[in-house]
Amino acid sequence: MNPRTAKRLRGFGLNGLAVAVFLVAVFPVYWMVATAFKPNDEIFTTRFIPFPLAPTFDHVSRVLTKGVAGHSIWQYLANSAVVAVGTVLIGSLFALLAATAVARFRFRFRTSFLILLLIVQMVPGEALLIPLFLMVRRLGMYDQLIGLIVVNVGFTLPFAIWMLRTFVAAVPKELEEAAAIDGAGRFVTFWRVLFPLVAPGLVATSIFSFITAWNELVFALTLINDQGKYTMPVALQFFTSQRSTDWGGIMAASTLMTIPVVAFFLLVQRRMVTGLVAGAVKG
Amino acid sequence: MAQTSTIARGGDTSPAPARHRSGRPRRRGALSPKAVPYVLLIPGLLVIAALLLYPLYQMADMSLHKVGLRQIRPNPQPAEFVGLGNFTQVFEADLFWTSLRNTVVFAAVTVALTLVAGTLVGLLLHRLGKKMSAFLIVGIMAAWATPPTASAIIWKWLFDSDAGVVNWMLDLLPDGVSSLLFGRSDWSGHPWLNDATTIYLVLVVAVTWASFPFIAVSVLAGLKSIPSELYEAARVDGSTPVKTFTRITFPLLKPVFSVLLVLSIIWDFKVFTQLYVLAGGTTNREAFNLSLWAYTEAFSAPPKMGIGAAIAVLLTAIMLVITAVYVRQIVRTEDVR
Repeated sequence: MNPRTAKRLRGFGLNGLAVAVFLVAVFPVYWMVATAFKPNDEIFTTRFIPFPLAPTFDHVSRVLTKGVAGHSIWQYLANSAVVAVGTVLIGSLFALLAATAVARFRFRFRTSFLILLLIVQMVPGEALLIPLFLMVRRLGMYDQLIGLIVVNVGFTLPFAIWMLRTFVAAVPKELEEAAAIDGAGRFVTFWRVLFPLVAPGLVATSIFSFITAWNELVFALTLINDQGKYTMPVALQFFTSQRSTDWGGIMAASTLMTIPVVAFFLLVQRRMVTGLVAGAVKG
Repeated sequence: MAQTSTIARGGDTSPAPARHRSGRPRRRGALSPKAVPYVLLIPGLLVIAALLLYPLYQMADMSLHKVGLRQIRPNPQPAEFVGLGNFTQVFEADLFWTSLRNTVVFAAVTVALTLVAGTLVGLLLHRLGKKMSAFLIVGIMAAWATPPTASAIIWKWLFDSDAGVVNWMLDLLPDGVSSLLFGRSDWSGHPWLNDATTIYLVLVVAVTWASFPFIAVSVLAGLKSIPSELYEAARVDGSTPVKTFTRITFPLLKPVFSVLLVLSIIWDFKVFTQLYVLAGGTTNREAFNLSLWAYTEAFSAPPKMGIGAAIAVLLTAIMLVITAVYVRQIVRTEDVR
């Protein structure tokens, strides 16, 4: 075999492998969407039906018009959005400040702070649930979306700082020094010089926080009692009763919940990869 | 890093140090330079202290007290101090050993599978052409982006006893092969989510599916940072792909792998959402891991929050012990930079 053919064959094999991995990764997501559009007789069968033979909007429209547990699905989506956006806004600001401190300055407790960031991530959220539940109630934030936002900020912040500090570190210090020499104050330097250059990193950490808050189940389950304030992950649980599951409905609702996240991901895919990876790989 | 080109263009390094040392005139009311990092840290530290550290302390405190309904009512009665009583109760419960085993075995298997699968896909991504690599990244991103609740529901459906794709696929196997491998040939109606062992099988698949993409893109980024000359030299020396990986790639990516290992351990040890959905809530006690058990003790009636807290303390301690070595290593490499 001449080297050219060998190379082509190897390329063919690699691409084939890539397609196989792609299919494995995507199939479950595809299956969710496909099930959402299948009529019930195509859902509840032992036959394999690769795609909806008689596609129907029944499940989707039922979920959209009737909702679940007595409230519209839009209500749940809106609640999730409020919690996720609130978490991002507060969390990103705090993360940016702390990341700047860690990446830009050498100070006495820097290492201790970094260790702290890693260690607090080990604490299982379900464990802190009990004290947080009591605290949130004492503050009068029980059954309020703001309570969920506060808790989510706490749980996303350590990783957000961890991720963001590599972005701050990547901005050349000389730029800030130049600005300072030109007479810019610390705040102006921060706002005009550092902030724009760290923006891609902020996008990455924001998406991370958004998705974490959007997906969060346990706190939403325990800190919210009023059905009208449920978030999507909690609402999804109500498609399943003791006896049966409304598979068409739950798949339609899951698809609705997944669409914004996947769309978000794909839109900023490249930045996301650089961002998340920078956090894990440390530049 | 994407911003390196800006460094080269924007960074005018030569005159800066001298002028910098002489210091810029301090404006009145401005912070002393030494105080700046601390001021920047305050908001973040306050959040971490209030929402993670103080509750952590409370959790430890609660684990030494008998905390029930009376102590968490709006006008609480003081909790009785029981010393290590809660821990003794936990150790004496049969559930402790099954939950511990479920937690540890699940984490070990899943972390290993995720890291191996993620690394292999990362290596594959690195060797693919630009278009194919972007195509595959989009695909694995979809798996990664799917919310855990949704993905647990999807896997529940794929493993459904009657209408699930998995049973259908297993039924496609020739009867002889199937009996030889699994001791049965008819899979229709096989329930996966009734029995703790098979619930965990599904959980391993679901969590690995959802988390290998992160490992893959991280490994890919690491690989891109390794100079290609090293690989060319290896090829000239006639190194095999496995040898190239163990002698060049792995040693150079070791810091990346230790971060990924710690994060995977942290995530897989306390997996909750997916287990909660797959096991159908808190009724199947055989399927508890430590997280789910702690949650059940603390929140199902009658609430035994002291016991729940004791379990959580144990889980956190186990994770700390396992990751201590790597955390040290990460922090040490961090200081060099």
